Amino acid sequence: MKKLNSAILENRCQLYGLVTLRALIGWHFLYEGISKLINPYWSSAAYLLDSKWVFSGLAKTIVSNPTLLGISDYVNMWGLTLVGVSLLLGIFSRYTTLVGMGFVILYYLFAPPLLGLEYGRPGEGSYLIVNKNLIEACALWVLHSFPTSHIIGLDRFFNQSASN
Amino acid sequence: MSDKSNQPSENNMDRRNLLKGLATVPVFGLFLVNLWRKIRRDSLMKSNLLSDLVQEKSAPAVISSLSDSRHLNIGIIGYGGRGSHLVRGAGFATKGWTDTVSENARKNKLDKGFATFMSQEDLNCSLVGVCDLFDVRANQAIDASKNETRPGRKPQGSANRYRHYKDLLADDKIDAVIVATPDHWHSRITIDAAKAGKHVYCEKGLTRTFDEAVDVYDTVKETGITFQLGHQNRQVEANEKAKQIIKQGLLGPINLVEIATNRNSPWGAWVWDIHPEGNAKTIDWDTFQEPSPNKIPFGEEALERFFRWRMWFDYGTGLSGDLLSHDFDAINQMMDIGIPKYASSTGGIYFYKDGRDVPDVWNATFEYPEKDLTLLYSATLSSNSPRGNKIMGHDATMQMGGQSGGGSVHGFIVTADSESTQYKDRLESGIINPKYPIYTYSPGSKQIDGVTSATSRYFANKGLLYTYREGKRVDPTHLHIKDWLDSIRNGSQPRCNIEVAFHEAVTCHMATESYFQGRRIEWDPVNRKLV
Repeated sequence: MKKLNSAILENRCQLYGLVTLRALIGWHFLYEGISKLINPYWSSAAYLLDSKWVFSGLAKTIVSNPTLLGISDYVNMWGLTLVGVSLLLGIFSRYTTLVGMGFVILYYLFAPPLLGLEYGRPGEGSYLIVNKNLIEACALWVLHSFPTSHIIGLDRFFNQSASN
Repeated sequence: MSDKSNQPSENNMDRRNLLKGLATVPVFGLFLVNLWRKIRRDSLMKSNLLSDLVQEKSAPAVISSLSDSRHLNIGIIGYGGRGSHLVRGAGFATKGWTDTVSENARKNKLDKGFATFMSQEDLNCSLVGVCDLFDVRANQAIDASKNETRPGRKPQGSANRYRHYKDLLADDKIDAVIVATPDHWHSRITIDAAKAGKHVYCEKGLTRTFDEAVDVYDTVKETGITFQLGHQNRQVEANEKAKQIIKQGLLGPINLVEIATNRNSPWGAWVWDIHPEGNAKTIDWDTFQEPSPNKIPFGEEALERFFRWRMWFDYGTGLSGDLLSHDFDAINQMMDIGIPKYASSTGGIYFYKDGRDVPDVWNATFEYPEKDLTLLYSATLSSNSPRGNKIMGHDATMQMGGQSGGGSVHGFIVTADSESTQYKDRLESGIINPKYPIYTYSPGSKQIDGVTSATSRYFANKGLLYTYREGKRVDPTHLHIKDWLDSIRNGSQPRCNIEVAFHEAVTCHMATESYFQGRRIEWDPVNRKLV
């Protein structure tokens, strides 16, 4: 596993900042996943139906095919939950930061707040090109580039047994 | 010695390792504690709300065994827009229709029209007789009778065409007829069919006049045939669910019910297409206008009247028989309100100055003094503003369609009243918030429908296009035809039988009469008269 820059290791403030960011994003993913798992009526269809821009055709294909929609629902519910647990506990976080990035980038691309695109869903903020999905994706990129789970997190034990 | 001195620092290292490795586990624990608290709070809220009070009961399952018991031969009288839909409900569509909708489904994967048709149950019947005064449509019906693209078995043969409905009724092999002519023919055909021993499915409104409704009622009763009026809303799951909630008293005392029609397109105002092949040779105009009070020679106006008959009182009753009838019947289904004591109505032709004589803005009130209830109907054909239907109780309001949908079609929401007596404690403790629905019913919320045109959306919002059985989308028209055929087979009463059909007819005619006479109309149930 790539070592964290020694300057960051020594600077507690930077290290704890990164760990806190990882835990917060993990918490967010985990609850997004679990809230979908425990809601029998949840489906990705509503989000996909409102899709605009380059992926709208793909979104329509997924929604119109019950098998694909089922897979999409399943992947979202479990994917978000597992990425959440991983980030929160610091286990395999080096890889799940990339998976999480993949999720949020897809959410962004399926419904980007670009000029001229109007969405049926009411938004919870005001966005122009940049939205929270894009920011979360970038935050995950940072977490991937500055991994912390081998210092603070369950990955520390794997790391140790590997070095032993 | 050196070993001894190293031990505490190794222990320290292990402990520090352990602490660092598990540092975020307490955060995970905190998450789980909060998740548990949230789930518990939500379930407590839920158990305090209506969803728990309402006994969960799904709509009656579709009984599929009956169709196999006896093959039925049916005839169609009037194969226009509605007639062709009814025949599709029985499982027969023209090749042109199946080709178009299968192509639509190929182009737009969200268009489920073809899939819904093909997954209909095979009702074990044949379309053997056709009567339509327009040659093109009669030929289309014959085409539908033999189209092999249909749910279930292949058709047994091709339908015969009869120029006059009396010839069709004289055919002994026909068991039952669907009457989907303009309203001015309903009573004559239904009465003659009943006397000929044929079971009847008649499209709404039951009749063009009040007197005709009484005659139809008496004949159906005397002959004992199985009669179904074409209010397919009777099959809609949401209406059954709403009925349950109202019956349990969850809305409290209900004193006002508001139902509405909003449309804003020429099509929605009955300015339908005049078929290019319609002419004196292809249309039997004299037979068409035979029962109507005013007669005109065949010409351009006659063509317009033939294809857009709902625009004239000579053939129908305008908003009353076409649209009030649906909403009234839905409320009657949910609340068993029956015929009102008084009705009054006003309106005018305010937008469509195109020669029609039925109003395009029309409002009617119905009084039920014995039930402490007023039913209010308001219609416009020049605004799409979604009003929906509202059942207003002292404790809660149920809203269907309009802005209640929240993205779902043919669902409803129930919202508590801020001054409710029944929910007073829960309102005070904050368990119930009058700003948010306490009960939402949105069937098929996990399924996607491609309902596109404004008129389709109007019907879909009222639950007239699709309903759900065990999560599967079904056309209520199919269920309504099935209900009728099943009732014929087992001798039971269908859901929209002559009793409730009579409620619909009298109520609508009271309002229409009030419009004509400019005064309040009273129902005399003893002498069965409008006074």
